[in-house]
Amino acid sequence: MSVLVDETTRLCVAGITGREGSFHTLNNRNYGTNVVGGVTPGKGGQDVEGIPVFNSWAEAAAEVQPNTAMIFVPPRFAADAILEAAAAGVELIVAITEGIPAHDELRAYNTLKRDHPNARLVGPNCPGILSPGKANVGIIPASFFERGNIGVVSRSGTLTYQIGNEIARAGFGCSSIVGIGGDPVPGSSFVDILELFEADEETELIVLSGEIGGSAEEEAAEHIAEHISKPVVAYIAGFTAPPGKQMGHAGAIVSGSSGTAAAKAQALEAKGVRVGRTPTEAAAIAVEVLGGASVGA
Amino acid sequence: MDLLEYQGKQLFARHGLKVSQGKAVTTVDDALLAADEVGYPIVVKAQVLIGGRGKAGGVKLANNEAEAREHAGNILGMDIKGHIVRTLWIEHASDIASEYYASVLLDRSAKQPLVMFSTEGGVDIEEVAEKTPEKLIRHHVDALAGLSSEEAAQIAREGGADDDVIDGVADALVALYEVWLQEDATLAEINPLIVTPEREVKALDSKVSLDGNALYRHEENQGLSDKENEDPLERRAKEEGVQFVKLDGDIGILGNGAGLVMSTLDVVSQAGGSPANFLDAGGGSNAETIKQAVDLILANEKVKAVLVNIFAGITRCDLVAEGLVAAFAEIKPTVPFVVRLDGTNDVEGRRILQEANLPNVYAAATMNEAAEKVVALAAGKDVPAEAAA
Repeated sequence: MSVLVDETTRLCVAGITGREGSFHTLNNRNYGTNVVGGVTPGKGGQDVEGIPVFNSWAEAAAEVQPNTAMIFVPPRFAADAILEAAAAGVELIVAITEGIPAHDELRAYNTLKRDHPNARLVGPNCPGILSPGKANVGIIPASFFERGNIGVVSRSGTLTYQIGNEIARAGFGCSSIVGIGGDPVPGSSFVDILELFEADEETELIVLSGEIGGSAEEEAAEHIAEHISKPVVAYIAGFTAPPGKQMGHAGAIVSGSSGTAAAKAQALEAKGVRVGRTPTEAAAIAVEVLGGASVGA
Repeated sequence: MDLLEYQGKQLFARHGLKVSQGKAVTTVDDALLAADEVGYPIVVKAQVLIGGRGKAGGVKLANNEAEAREHAGNILGMDIKGHIVRTLWIEHASDIASEYYASVLLDRSAKQPLVMFSTEGGVDIEEVAEKTPEKLIRHHVDALAGLSSEEAAQIAREGGADDDVIDGVADALVALYEVWLQEDATLAEINPLIVTPEREVKALDSKVSLDGNALYRHEENQGLSDKENEDPLERRAKEEGVQFVKLDGDIGILGNGAGLVMSTLDVVSQAGGSPANFLDAGGGSNAETIKQAVDLILANEKVKAVLVNIFAGITRCDLVAEGLVAAFAEIKPTVPFVVRLDGTNDVEGRRILQEANLPNVYAAATMNEAAEKVVALAAGKDVPAEAAA
């Protein structure tokens, strides 16, 4: 097993005809993901290397029955694309787009909750989801990950690759890697993904990679103490980030005294979660817990 | 993007929130003209993006021209915690019966707008929240429905606003919510929200943060913020579209991906070093963006060594290497570089660097090793000379 994406995934891509959109869609297909279509208004009837393009999500849903949407459209169109995919009945929506206005995210999140409670949004501003050996939806470079039993959930893309690669070098693999994204209003939180990994038989250990800003890590700590029986290893980035400065991600900002890396690490450790001081150490702890050789920091 | 007080007040006025008549000026002469226009007594207020300006002497009451001249002269050019005062806001002094507090912000945890109100205004609100939390009303608004007048009046009543200004406070809250919503703000705060002896409800101060990602649909807000007090390097980075934050140390950092760069800063600090900047060259960065990034990092004269930490996903290490070679040819850096290339096309990238045989470039196999090397180099220590990458 794995979470969210696997052999049953039927992927349809908003923005498939764009440069980035087509490149990554084809990458996903080359990996073995079942890509059934794409949506670009006004380009219905065309195809991208054999992948049919539709004018709307309703049309795509009727013709090729996608169960997963990937959003690759520019920021100003992204919220509407998310809602349109949900309205067409797509259950999983993975939004890669970076730079969506926070108010649009707020509107999309709350509209989904009210009108499409069965739809799950992952992202925006995320690298997507990879279930090694099964399916890749997004921009995660699959070659750095092996198939295995570590579930990874992260707010950052490159940091995930760093940790996943160190796990792979130690001879271990991942059930799924889920990027929840670095924006202020993520569609799925750490808690949502922790629940999925808890229920997934293949996942034996969970690596959580957080960063400064907001309180998602603190909420995850509470949830882990109450509901997660599997071991969780964490890493938090941004100990040296000055307050009031946005560190790349829109959501990565220490506001006043809240959202610091130290507070997050403390909250997790207080609930018994081991927190690595570096990505390397986090990977080493994960490997050690699973019975591999302790690599050291 | 944080706005100065007067800029925030302009947005307030645009949405019907009452503010005192005033003028932003940059010279003493203009301050006096503005004072005549709004009428004495006036308040001279330093416009800086930092709290505590009152305590620092940046807000003064003036009853006549002599006082106005003295205060404006003293405050212009004042250094308030590193922020130089270049603009003054001159407004007619208000009579104050009560000082309240009001704000609207995006509650990331609840994923809803949060309206806060208190009758304990004019003081640090974090202190009120901590010491007398019952005096701070926190009310979540349905993001899809917005804030109604009835709901706002309920908040005002619950917070203990005087009976005769419930409607005035409710109007102010609704207007503040509109500022937050219509202007794509992440925070809109009034402290204090005053009640005058004539029972008028007015915003005496403003604190507004706008969402940079939404500026494309607010042309009129694009020139705002405190441009003059912006760090020149940060301003240049913004113009070039590079994610850059200036820090206090002497080790330049170039990486890809916000999380990995934040992590790199941490690892360098753990190794005993002090980063000079955050710089995320972004996913898919090419030779040109790398060259630009090196140029930006080296424009900071404090930089004694540079760490390039790339874990390439969409990015390609060969393009990063080509960018470094091009940057070296053009900029001819005099400080040492430590380069760690991993991920997509890393073998090719390392080969390009090796063949270019760049002076003063050290290779590192891992992030931790790279951090240790760059910290040693910045401290002027010898590091085993090694062929580039």
